[in-house]
Amino acid sequence: MDVILFLVFAILAVVCAINVVVQTHPISSAISLVGVMGSLAVLYLLLGAEFLAAAQVIVYAGAVMVLFVFVIMLLNAGKEGKKGHSLMVQLLGVPLFVAFLALMVFFVQRLFPTTTMVHFGGFTGGGVREIGRALFTTYLLPFEVTSILVLIAILGAIVLARKEMD
Amino acid sequence: MHLPSVDSFIVITVIKVVVVFAVLMTVLAYLQWVERKVIAHIQVRPGPYRVGPHGLLQPLADVIKLITKEDLVPPHVNKPLYILAPFLAITMALLSIAVIPFGPKITVDGYQTYMQLTDLNIGVLFILAVSSMGVYGIALAGWSSNNKYSLLGGLRSSAQMVSYELPLSLAITAPLLISNTLDLRVLVERQAGGMWHWNILHGPFPQIFGFLIFMIAGFAETNRIPFDLPEAENELVAGFHTEYSSMKFASFFMAEYANMITVSCMATLLFLGGWVAPWPAEYGSSFVPVAIFAVAGVVALYHGMNPARRRDRLTFPAVGVIFLLIAAVFLLPMVQQWLLPLFWFCAKTGAILFVYIWIRGTLPRFRYDQLMSFAWKFLFPVAMLNLLVTGFLVALRP
Repeated sequence: MDVILFLVFAILAVVCAINVVVQTHPISSAISLVGVMGSLAVLYLLLGAEFLAAAQVIVYAGAVMVLFVFVIMLLNAGKEGKKGHSLMVQLLGVPLFVAFLALMVFFVQRLFPTTTMVHFGGFTGGGVREIGRALFTTYLLPFEVTSILVLIAILGAIVLARKEMD
Repeated sequence: MHLPSVDSFIVITVIKVVVVFAVLMTVLAYLQWVERKVIAHIQVRPGPYRVGPHGLLQPLADVIKLITKEDLVPPHVNKPLYILAPFLAITMALLSIAVIPFGPKITVDGYQTYMQLTDLNIGVLFILAVSSMGVYGIALAGWSSNNKYSLLGGLRSSAQMVSYELPLSLAITAPLLISNTLDLRVLVERQAGGMWHWNILHGPFPQIFGFLIFMIAGFAETNRIPFDLPEAENELVAGFHTEYSSMKFASFFMAEYANMITVSCMATLLFLGGWVAPWPAEYGSSFVPVAIFAVAGVVALYHGMNPARRRDRLTFPAVGVIFLLIAAVFLLPMVQQWLLPLFWFCAKTGAILFVYIWIRGTLPRFRYDQLMSFAWKFLFPVAMLNLLVTGFLVALRP
């Protein structure tokens, strides 16, 4: 049961991810990205990290992507035209892609030895209590620094938007 | 007490799903009838009256009308997203009912089961996640219709729902801090023992402001008057669903009512103690429904004795006998364990739904800039302050 669900949603995630790149219309790409986020949330759920799954849906699918869709709708962005590929892309594209995949497989094999297999539902430290404790004790400094980083980004956006208005 | 095996678990779950779905669909249809009746009486007119007694069969007629209408897909729409949008809206609206508990653990024929479809330990987060996905239905409907009114409606509603989600989430967080759980069932169990234990009145900081913020933001989230700018008919024709017909239009309609029900259930669970009676059973709270139905039955019988119209001689005694029978059912000890919690849950949720309709009948619509500045300059800071004060007092609690 777990394996079937994993396969279904892993394939869905990959298909949606490819669709993000293939689609010519920005809205279709954005909706495909929502599909990726949703499938990832289900994968987290299968591994036993309920809080992470809910946060994934609330933050990425529910907030970030809604803003993306909103901006695309507001700008009324049209279809992207397909341009002819340059000679370099046609010649080197496929070999470079294969080489990249091979490197990824190699590093994954080296970095994560196969002795520690991941089990479905085997992750127990994913409750709200554990994550909250970890965020506010062990990882307090990185957490606060990240939030200040986000604040700086917001301030930057406001400054940029102001300049255009004057 | 033996634990249910896998087979009986599946059977019980299927039964629960069927019952909850049937009841939800009926309530959705009749909520609209109640709304039309209440608004009609606020505006001193009879409302639906022709189909069945007091228009009681009107929802059925509406359903038949909507199903048999031609399902028109305009030629200028973006077809895949146009079809996906109502589907998304109704799915997300109906999903959240799955985690809402209607009552405590009950024992039926030796099996123990919760009056809830699934007992999720992050039920509150699940509802937030599902409701935040509901924006896509409206936004995509507005965009894919390829119509300027629809697009404006979709834009308005997505901006509005994103803005009001912040005060809504902050207002939800405060009672969660007091109850110290994300599980909706445990949340209610911690409010047991009478009105003064409900989160709206219970210390360290009574959540009266939290409740008001939740209700206001909930009105905006469900696109109801006074926040129904996405479908302001004098500016935008019908807003995001202008180009929709037949069942696609009906699913937006149903999604709106299902969202209303979800918000009312959440308010009941978070602030008003869920299925807990207003005062403990030893002071006689279990006789309240009996008294209400018995009084209603006696009044109906009295009017049957002194009929104002000819047909009252038949209808009023029949209604009175039905009410008295319901009152008698509430006295049976074997159904009391699940009927009483269900009564209190429905009474609280129904009261909040009535406030929804009442406000629709009394308040005019906001202007759009007022709506946005109200969310960001008033509601959000107040919700933040409420959360801060609650957090401090909970931390200082011995």
